[in-house]
Amino acid sequence: MNRIALTRILVLQVLLVSLFAVLLGRLYTFQIVRGDEILNQAADVRSREIIEPAVRGVIMDQAGRILVGNRATNVISVSKAELEQMPDDGEEVLRRLAPLLDLKLEDLKSKITICGEEGAKPPPVCWNGSRYQPIPVARDIDFDVAVKIMERRSEFPGVTAEVEQVRDFTKILGVNMAHVLGYLGPVSDNELSERAGTDRELQRTDLVGRAGLEAFYDDELRGTPGVTTLSVDRSMAILGVDSKTPSQPGDYLVLSIDAALQRVVEEELENAIFRAREQDYAGDSGAAVVVDVTNGQILAMASYPTYDPAIWLGGVTDAEYESLVSDEANAPLTSRAIQGLWAPASTFKVITTAAAAAANLPLGQTLYNCPSTIMIGDREMKNYESNSYGPITVSRALEVSCNTVFYQMGYDMWVRDGGLNPVESPKDPIEKMARQFGLGSPTGIDLPSESRGRVGGRQFKLDMFAEYKDLWCYRAEVGYPDVAKDDPERAAYLKLIAAENCVDGGIYRGGDAANLSIGQGDTVTTPLQMAMVYAAIANGGTVYEPRVVKAIVSADGKTVTNLKPKVKRKVKLSEVTQDYLMKSLKGVVENGTATFPFSGWPQGKIPVGAKTGSGQAGLDRDSTSWFATVAPINNPKYAVVMMVSQGGTGSLTSGPSVRKIYEAIYGVSGTNVNPKNSVLAQGKVATVLPNVDAAGTINFIAGTDVADKRLLKLYGSGN
Amino acid sequence: MANLFTANARDPWWKTQDWILNLSALSLSILGSVLVWTASAPELELYSQSETKLFVRQIGFLIVGLILAYIFSKAKYVLLRAYTPVLYVLGIIGLIVVLVPGVGVTVNGIQAWIGLPGGFTIQPAEFAKLTIVLGMSLVLSETQHRDEPPSFKQTIAAMALALLPVALIMLQPDLGTSFIILVTMFVMLIGAAVNARFLTSLAVLGSLGAIVLWLLPGVLAQWQKERLLVFLDPERDPTNFGYALLQVRLAIGSGGWDGFGLFNGPQTNGRFVPEQQTDYIFSAAGEQLGFIGSATIIALLFVIVWRAIRIAINTTDAFARITAVGLSGWIGFQAFQNIGMNLGIMPVTGVPLPFVSAGGTSMMALWIAIGLLQNVRNRHSE
Repeated sequence: MNRIALTRILVLQVLLVSLFAVLLGRLYTFQIVRGDEILNQAADVRSREIIEPAVRGVIMDQAGRILVGNRATNVISVSKAELEQMPDDGEEVLRRLAPLLDLKLEDLKSKITICGEEGAKPPPVCWNGSRYQPIPVARDIDFDVAVKIMERRSEFPGVTAEVEQVRDFTKILGVNMAHVLGYLGPVSDNELSERAGTDRELQRTDLVGRAGLEAFYDDELRGTPGVTTLSVDRSMAILGVDSKTPSQPGDYLVLSIDAALQRVVEEELENAIFRAREQDYAGDSGAAVVVDVTNGQILAMASYPTYDPAIWLGGVTDAEYESLVSDEANAPLTSRAIQGLWAPASTFKVITTAAAAAANLPLGQTLYNCPSTIMIGDREMKNYESNSYGPITVSRALEVSCNTVFYQMGYDMWVRDGGLNPVESPKDPIEKMARQFGLGSPTGIDLPSESRGRVGGRQFKLDMFAEYKDLWCYRAEVGYPDVAKDDPERAAYLKLIAAENCVDGGIYRGGDAANLSIGQGDTVTTPLQMAMVYAAIANGGTVYEPRVVKAIVSADGKTVTNLKPKVKRKVKLSEVTQDYLMKSLKGVVENGTATFPFSGWPQGKIPVGAKTGSGQAGLDRDSTSWFATVAPINNPKYAVVMMVSQGGTGSLTSGPSVRKIYEAIYGVSGTNVNPKNSVLAQGKVATVLPNVDAAGTINFIAGTDVADKRLLKLYGSGN
Repeated sequence: MANLFTANARDPWWKTQDWILNLSALSLSILGSVLVWTASAPELELYSQSETKLFVRQIGFLIVGLILAYIFSKAKYVLLRAYTPVLYVLGIIGLIVVLVPGVGVTVNGIQAWIGLPGGFTIQPAEFAKLTIVLGMSLVLSETQHRDEPPSFKQTIAAMALALLPVALIMLQPDLGTSFIILVTMFVMLIGAAVNARFLTSLAVLGSLGAIVLWLLPGVLAQWQKERLLVFLDPERDPTNFGYALLQVRLAIGSGGWDGFGLFNGPQTNGRFVPEQQTDYIFSAAGEQLGFIGSATIIALLFVIVWRAIRIAINTTDAFARITAVGLSGWIGFQAFQNIGMNLGIMPVTGVPLPFVSAGGTSMMALWIAIGLLQNVRNRHSE
């Protein structure tokens, strides 16, 4: 019996050892094997982060004038989640709230409808954020209203009034600059998840740049939010502060743009638009760019029509959004300067001239015939108003903008390349020159969503053919039955064209080459691209990447990062050719198509060179008014380009405005030139940066006050 | 009174003691009291009570326990056997009294405590564990003089002595304690050399019975089933029963090798583990003392149980042996059940960690067990 009992006890001992070994093994797994992982999980459970948003960086002009700052405002927010818990979905609360905020009930409801839900208006009218986050419905609310709401909490459950930092568009000196400055919008779910865990992590309540500089320099302007990590207990009571990192305010942007000059350019662009309309042209839109040819810095850039960037604060109503996107509004959100595309027309002729020189066509005093029309293939191509000038130099052809001289040049180069039976590697001098000057590709400006444009040469034809051949051939076969129902004649015509294209849509014809030579046909550019072309001609062939920002300064002024000019390309432009072009441009002002706007200009003191353009934009559209200039010819500093869509001629519509811009730059009145009358501080582009002190206060550069006074005298406050 | 206590007349009392057992239990009790202090202080502080309140109580119970252990270790062995029926009946009475409405105190849905003046409570089931072991030993050792294994009748009678209190405890209802008693009963039957085929049948029947009870509607409430199963996947119920398990896992897991140090466990200090000073005291050890400290607790419990089994091996007296086996089965399995629950390998049933968890009755009963073990040590047939 004892023996059995002892065996049994031995079994129990084995059992004991195994059970306790299991415990030890499991303990080891928890504490050692998975220890680090569990430690992190535990830390998450017991800590709560409080995010203090960073103050967004200030955007200032070259003189130190604040273009976009920050200000405190009373914001009314509505908690959707709370409203939905009420029996009437918060209807009663909203009904009480709407009149206090000067909003229609429907508008208020639209603002708190989550995007993508039933009945939601398209963003940005609908709320593009989380339903669990208070939705801001109105900013800049009177203090009294905010107090009223906060005092009568029971009448406004789920509604809060808080002081919040918002962007302050100062409109200093009356500038608008909406397209350059851009705006902020609520963060999207995608951005939140994409950037989670990175050092660019965003918070639910963050706003991010949605356009312009606010978008392009979002990271720099944003700063680093302050994070306070609190340890909390089970009931979320705070036990202590684990760590605290203060917020780092965002960096300041110093633009090369000068606010005073910007105001001049904005006003003069608008004047040009009105001038177009006075001549019974549609004058639907326009753009103007002033660039420093020595480094590619943008000194002013305007687009028409524009809008009030402050409209985005507090969410936009339906009506406001309509005013931004309706047909009548004519797309004010689009920056014509960097996104609009037009045929550059005669302003392109400088490229054809440079290409001719590169192709060893004689320039100088060699005469070319300028008849009123020439035949290219079976097409008769005309001069402007069918003028004829007889045999003239290329320089003179530029001055009077003789199309036929350039047609012939383009055609001759095309013939040299083999014409309809092109040689193996055609030289295509004009197309290549245009690409060297940066046409057909983005300039690389520090603003988002730039258009690239295109050069309508041989490559474009081939690309189009590759892309559409199948479609053309399909249509050549089956025709256009849909069109045929209403208009069999048109359908037959379209089918014929499709059949032609199917066979030889990729052929680069003499007419195409001729069109390219005068900047028509398939070639389109942005006004900025043309400004960079003229800047490159003026500086001897350097195509810079245009820059709006010239320096980034930390909010305490201690770190200053100068953005160095970046050379995008070097154009093969001989000194002789450059000199020839500059002299020709000067001739355009003194003795050509630009004499009218520059009559009485002190050309001896400040020699300006210009090229006009009147682009064909389609049968039922008025011509595009171009006016491209550089100055001074002897020591080039500025390129100013203005374009008015459906504006008529360059000379009559844009020209006078460009002259006004130069007057403002140089302080010209009559034939007097006085730098003291310039709208630029000290009469020149600033060579120093405005000083930012340790407290973040910005000090203007010297002479800013004088410049301000001058601007206000010329153009008024604008407000 | 003096005739109640005679140990071995030839040796002084201290020489009769297994000091490894005594010191292991004592150090575990002291360590446990400190852990109770660390685990209860944050909550006590929150309610503006003395943060040492439970620690002081625990030490008090330990002292009472030590006195009881001394008394039981010196009690005359024959008297111990003689009074066993009395003790057993007292244990049953306690289990009945606790069920009387108005007398029994209900905590967490279990009516297991009898309120005493001064805010103290007594948990009769903890004492019942002792009296069941003694009662069963008495019945199972009746045939010892014939050097025979217990008869079928004896075995059934011994089982009845365990099942009656289990039935009463199930009325509270306290599944955990019932299960500990059933396992202890089975261990005692093994140790008493009950017929192996009988034991096998019993195990099979017991398992089948458990399955039937589980499936039979009305026996276990849904929440009880949920609670029993939640250890398999705490995430399934992260706000309710699973919550504590998740927090326990976080506390233990963050301990690493050497822990955060006493009073420095953030999970403990943040009161994340509910009722941490009782069922989940092991998580306080895990977080603050790390693997080294927690493994030490496991090791001390192992030593206690191991020494208890040694006592069973070394005695020639059946009552002494079966009692020692029963006590070691009780302490050993309860320790496994509690730590296993903390480590997520056993279902959540509210049983205290022997010598460590806060609880006066448990502490006193366990020290009586130590006293009994010392008493039956080296005991031979008389």
